[in-house]
Amino acid sequence: MNLHEYQAKDLLAKYGLPVQQGVLAKTPEEAAAAFDQLGGKFAVIKAQVHAGGRGKAGGVKVVKSREEAADITRGLIGKNLVTYQTDALGQPVNSVLVCEDMYPVQRELYLGAVVDRSSRRVTFMASTEGGVEIEEVAHNTPEKILKVSVDPLVGLQPFQARDTAFALGLAGDQIGQFVKLMTGAYKAFVENDFALFEINPLAIRGDGSLACVDAKVGIDSNALYRLPHLSAIRDKSQENERELKASEHELNYVALEGNIGCMVNGAGLAMATMDIIKLKGGQPANFLDVGGGATKERVIEAFKLILADPSVQGVLINIFGGIVRCDMIAEAIIAAVKEVHVTVPVVVRLEGNNAELGAKILSESGLKLLPAQGLNDAAEKIVAAVAA
Amino acid sequence: MSVLVNKDTKVLVQGFTGKNGTFHAEQALKAGTQVVGGVTPGKGGSIHLGLPVFNTMKDAVRETGADASVIYVPAPFAKDSILEAVDSGVKLVVCITEGVPTLDMLQVKRYIESTDVRLIGPNCPGIITPGECKIGIMPWHIHLPGKVGIVSRSGTLTYEAVAQTTALGLGQSTCIGIGGDPIPGMSHIDALKLFQDDPDTESIIMIGEIGGSAEEEAAEFVKSYVTKPVVGYIAGVTAPKGKRMGHAGAIISGGKGTAEEKFQAFEKAGIAYTRNPAELGKTLMELLKSKGLR
Repeated sequence: MNLHEYQAKDLLAKYGLPVQQGVLAKTPEEAAAAFDQLGGKFAVIKAQVHAGGRGKAGGVKVVKSREEAADITRGLIGKNLVTYQTDALGQPVNSVLVCEDMYPVQRELYLGAVVDRSSRRVTFMASTEGGVEIEEVAHNTPEKILKVSVDPLVGLQPFQARDTAFALGLAGDQIGQFVKLMTGAYKAFVENDFALFEINPLAIRGDGSLACVDAKVGIDSNALYRLPHLSAIRDKSQENERELKASEHELNYVALEGNIGCMVNGAGLAMATMDIIKLKGGQPANFLDVGGGATKERVIEAFKLILADPSVQGVLINIFGGIVRCDMIAEAIIAAVKEVHVTVPVVVRLEGNNAELGAKILSESGLKLLPAQGLNDAAEKIVAAVAA
Repeated sequence: MSVLVNKDTKVLVQGFTGKNGTFHAEQALKAGTQVVGGVTPGKGGSIHLGLPVFNTMKDAVRETGADASVIYVPAPFAKDSILEAVDSGVKLVVCITEGVPTLDMLQVKRYIESTDVRLIGPNCPGIITPGECKIGIMPWHIHLPGKVGIVSRSGTLTYEAVAQTTALGLGQSTCIGIGGDPIPGMSHIDALKLFQDDPDTESIIMIGEIGGSAEEEAAEFVKSYVTKPVVGYIAGVTAPKGKRMGHAGAIISGGKGTAEEKFQAFEKAGIAYTRNPAELGKTLMELLKSKGLR
């Protein structure tokens, strides 16, 4: 789960991070009032969406008056913002953050943290090259990224933050400020199960003080059960409608761009099924893991999800029966096909316990269900059925 | 011989009296596993499935002499259960639970590093030595005692590899499902080392998926350490960037961790691989024949 910039800044401010001042506005009037409230000569209007690349996409604008603040806000709210990180439809803008003007800025730094899978540590990354895409810096000038690895048993130590501060070329009061900022960030990271944390840019203002100008925070969805304050502010409008619907039924669904719908048990097999469809010349329309218990109810919900995608022209069901008997799964599929009125061709591959009986039940159902023997056969049959 | 578990392994079930613990303990018993009891705090002293229930892992290990435990508790309690098992004296802990927070696993891993206990999982199907010991949720009847060692991040893809090697009569020495989380207990490398050192494992199937760089690291390891025939497979060639594909660890982030990079790592390390999940067994059989092993 991702946080909006304003939510991330609110949270980080509670951990003592110096964040750029801002006021959230949902209407042009609120934006105008926010401009007055901030009291500067200029203000920055930032569209609140779950995507990076907002500046280049026109989602971040400098305004000089309350009227301009209202106009820009009017132009953003209710629209979808398309950035290089979104799909072609973009993300809906429901609010803007009216921010204080930071001018003049001496330097722009970068500070981020992730859970590094190889070292199995929370790893901070800091760089003097802030304000640009950090992936580019990492790619072109990896020596300009400083990494700090944190032992989970003792946490981030002040010396590590001091090391980082000096490496970033900070001096005087800035050292203490930065140590407080970085230790606060680590505390926020571990107390809120961050998966991703990024301050870019971390500005050094004209007076030498530090300010977090943009903040990006991703939360480990597995930990939401213990983060009620964060699950309460989840903005579902930023998430894919079908993926959201799937998660309500405990199905894992990801939309793709092809025309062959997939229903599979197990995440790895679901990916492998997409891959073999491609290998056989077809295009998968989705990833869908129905989980271990392929019951009638789950198969029905899965069909509804798959068929809600208008480009789907056929469905491949690939179930490794495991402990659940294949004849029971076959019955569930038949019941679901009848209830959902599936009209596109459906190829079913059942493997495991009672697979032959399952295939027999399917072929005798009188429905448009094509039983397949093995993965190759299944993929070939659905690709042929869709091409026909 | 086999890897980590065999007919002598005594297994405890944590979360024994719950729905999942009960069901899978019954299945394990049917498969011939020596399940010796379980733990459900507060139910100590009772009998479940004809076996003793204990309040704590320490009690359970002292009374039964168990050397392994399997965890079926809900995700919020998984860290506690793993650490309890680690401190109890068992040498192998298998955590089936899905949805364990990543930061919990960072601490667990760090703690386990200071012990000689091995952790498999979480979010995994478990480990099986066919005909001898099944710890986890895999369907045992598709297995065949044999000589292929299988290691995988995915449950159902492991079953796929099992079914194919069974159909070809190769069978399996031991299958280890290391799980689909970003911070797993045992890694591909740990499993590869065990298989290489196990005289009864003749060849290895290694199944990976998108996300992270564990397969790249494993490919390097194969090149430097493994002399047995290895076949690799990676799921997720068609997965879009930045999307989590079911497993918490299956995500291409910042353009890193693609299936293509991993296949290239196999290529570079000289590991035989297939891009077709239906041909894991076939690819291995061809490799064995080319080496004169069949």
